[in-house]
Amino acid sequence: MPVLVSLVLRRLLGALPSIAAVVVVTFVLTRALPGDPAAYFAGPAADAQSVEEIRRKLGLDKPLPVQFLAYLGDLAQGEMGTSLITGQPVSADILARLPASVELTLCGLALALAVSLPLGVAAATRPGSWVDHMARVISTAGVSLPVFFTGLLLVYIFYYLLGWAPAPMGRLDLFASAPTTITGFYLVDSLITGQFATFRAAAAQLVLPALTLGLFALAPLTRMTRASMLGVLGSDFIRTARAGGLSRGTVLVTYALRNALLPVVTTLGMVFSFLLGANVLVEKVFAWPGIGSYAIEALVASDYAPVQGFILTMAIMYVGLNLMIDILYGLIDPRVRIEA
Amino acid sequence: MMLLEIDNLSLNFRTRSGVVKALEDVSLSVGRGETLGVVGESGSGKSVLSFAVMGISDAAATVSQGAIRFEGLDLLKAGPSDLDELRGAEMAMIFQNPRTALNPIRPVGRQIADVLLRHAGVTRAQAQDKAVEMLARVRIPDPERRAKAYPFEMSGGMCQRVMIALALACSPKLLIADEPTTGLDVTTQAAIMDLVGELARESRMATLLITHDLGLAAERCDRIAVMHAGHVVEVAPTAELFARPRHPYTARLISTTPRPGASLAALEPIPGSLPDLRGELAPCRYSARCHLYQAECDAGPLPRQDDNGRMVACRRPA
Ligand SMILES: Nc1ncnc2c1ncn2[C@@H]1O[C@H](COP(=O)(O)OP(=O)(O)OP(=O)(O)O)[C@@H](O)[C@H]1O
Ligand SMILES: [Mg+2]
Repeated sequence: MPVLVSLVLRRLLGALPSIAAVVVVTFVLTRALPGDPAAYFAGPAADAQSVEEIRRKLGLDKPLPVQFLAYLGDLAQGEMGTSLITGQPVSADILARLPASVELTLCGLALALAVSLPLGVAAATRPGSWVDHMARVISTAGVSLPVFFTGLLLVYIFYYLLGWAPAPMGRLDLFASAPTTITGFYLVDSLITGQFATFRAAAAQLVLPALTLGLFALAPLTRMTRASMLGVLGSDFIRTARAGGLSRGTVLVTYALRNALLPVVTTLGMVFSFLLGANVLVEKVFAWPGIGSYAIEALVASDYAPVQGFILTMAIMYVGLNLMIDILYGLIDPRVRIEA
Repeated sequence: MMLLEIDNLSLNFRTRSGVVKALEDVSLSVGRGETLGVVGESGSGKSVLSFAVMGISDAAATVSQGAIRFEGLDLLKAGPSDLDELRGAEMAMIFQNPRTALNPIRPVGRQIADVLLRHAGVTRAQAQDKAVEMLARVRIPDPERRAKAYPFEMSGGMCQRVMIALALACSPKLLIADEPTTGLDVTTQAAIMDLVGELARESRMATLLITHDLGLAAERCDRIAVMHAGHVVEVAPTAELFARPRHPYTARLISTTPRPGASLAALEPIPGSLPDLRGELAPCRYSARCHLYQAECDAGPLPRQDDNGRMVACRRPA
């Protein structure tokens, strides 16, 4: 599909200015934040002279434009600076932690989709039924509960009260060892290498945070699926399909759902970018070693480089995400594909 | 036994603003190979009637009385799987708005193939070939390529022809054609109607031809039923209906249709408009517009006279 390729290229080019803007804004923002990293790392006992020395070493004594140029130069080489906390290059830190965040987000999204699509379709085919009411209750509840609250509530119920879930202490409990790194996704890696005990442990740790994110994503997805299906089911071409005697499954899935999916995909993109944000809180609650908790720790320590790296990563993921949504859209809807 | 028999059918829609009495006491029948025209103003219930026959009425519709029989089978009592076997295979429908009646994101050839796959006991490849063949039969140029096109890539007239190919794909015994040729140029219109007529003769396909176009009805139909506000007010063999309309509404309808030789001055619109189908309605729903109206018209249900295949529902027929 060369049309799709050119669409992708055009979108990528179109995203360049926004990425550039993100680079500038994050740089300025981190410099404008309160707190002095040199003082932070010199420690409370340090005298003015040693603080000055650290400042010089970090290059923070230079004028802002010079610092910015140096930052750009590093970026161009794929360098995002060094984290003062971990002492590692930020790019290495982020690469190591990104799979944790992505695995969590994808699982949350998969949970949400697995529930919201059937629920939305069922609600739309039987408006006014108990399924429909349930869908409505879930959509309303999901919107009104803030994500850190759901997270804490789930921990309270399933860990503290019932003891069904393991302690919210990261990706694996103390007794399990991490699987050999292939993709960085514990679930995938443990399966590939046949470490089933690890898989079970990783899945157990993942359930509650993924559920937290899933509940958050459930509401908008269910609501959109229901509304979109209702609209499509009332349209003329569904009547044509029924007049052709097509089976209920064909009418519902091939004819109705595929058409109803377009606005759902748009919502999916929006929900995904909300999830990127919600991740930060969920990772904090569940001590999840992802890039969200990394950024928070850095922010508290006025550690510029990781914060900049985090925001830049998010911006790039956001662009990539929108690109994927566009491609999905093109795959579903020939009007996008052909008229583009 | 007629192929399709509709007996005293009444159908209502539940809406927020009250019950819409869309059909009342409708009786019609169509024989094998016969073409029955259904004419009447916009809103007279022609589409509602055809949806009821196809069993695809809106969810808000309820049939309060009557029966619809197809080859003796009571469609209103038949199970959904029996109906699915019939629909698309034994009876098919051409819809009024071809643009919106086709799935926008499925190639038109596939849509025809879907119906063939469901009913004709063929493989996917055979269904696709047959779909192309059907497109060729409705005179779509370059059918091979067109089969892969989407509705939005086609003109309205082209979609109309796809719609017709879709309906005729399984050689139905009954074709319900709701305004099948509006939006087509005269030549294509004639070609399409010739094709329908050909099938009707070859395979004794019955046709319910719904149209605003009295000229088309006169040319193509064996009998014509006139509908007004959810009532069938008159049914007659075509020639007789035009020669001697008995219901005042029929007479008005005919006189509003331009004909060669008639003066433009004779083209007066029918006074008034269709009554609101919600709430109380007079026994004769035409009475408020009728120039022959008298107090006796409001007395009880309308008499229906049947003689020599003619029916008229009027207290003061001509
Ligand atoms: N779903 C519905 N709910 C309520 N009323 C409806 C519904 N569908 C149709 N009606 C009403 O039924 C009446 C008959 O409509 P119908 O579409 O059958 O008219 P028609 O004769 O086909 O007109 P046209 O020539 O414009 O196609 C109209 O008054 C319409 O408002
Ligand atoms: Mg109509």
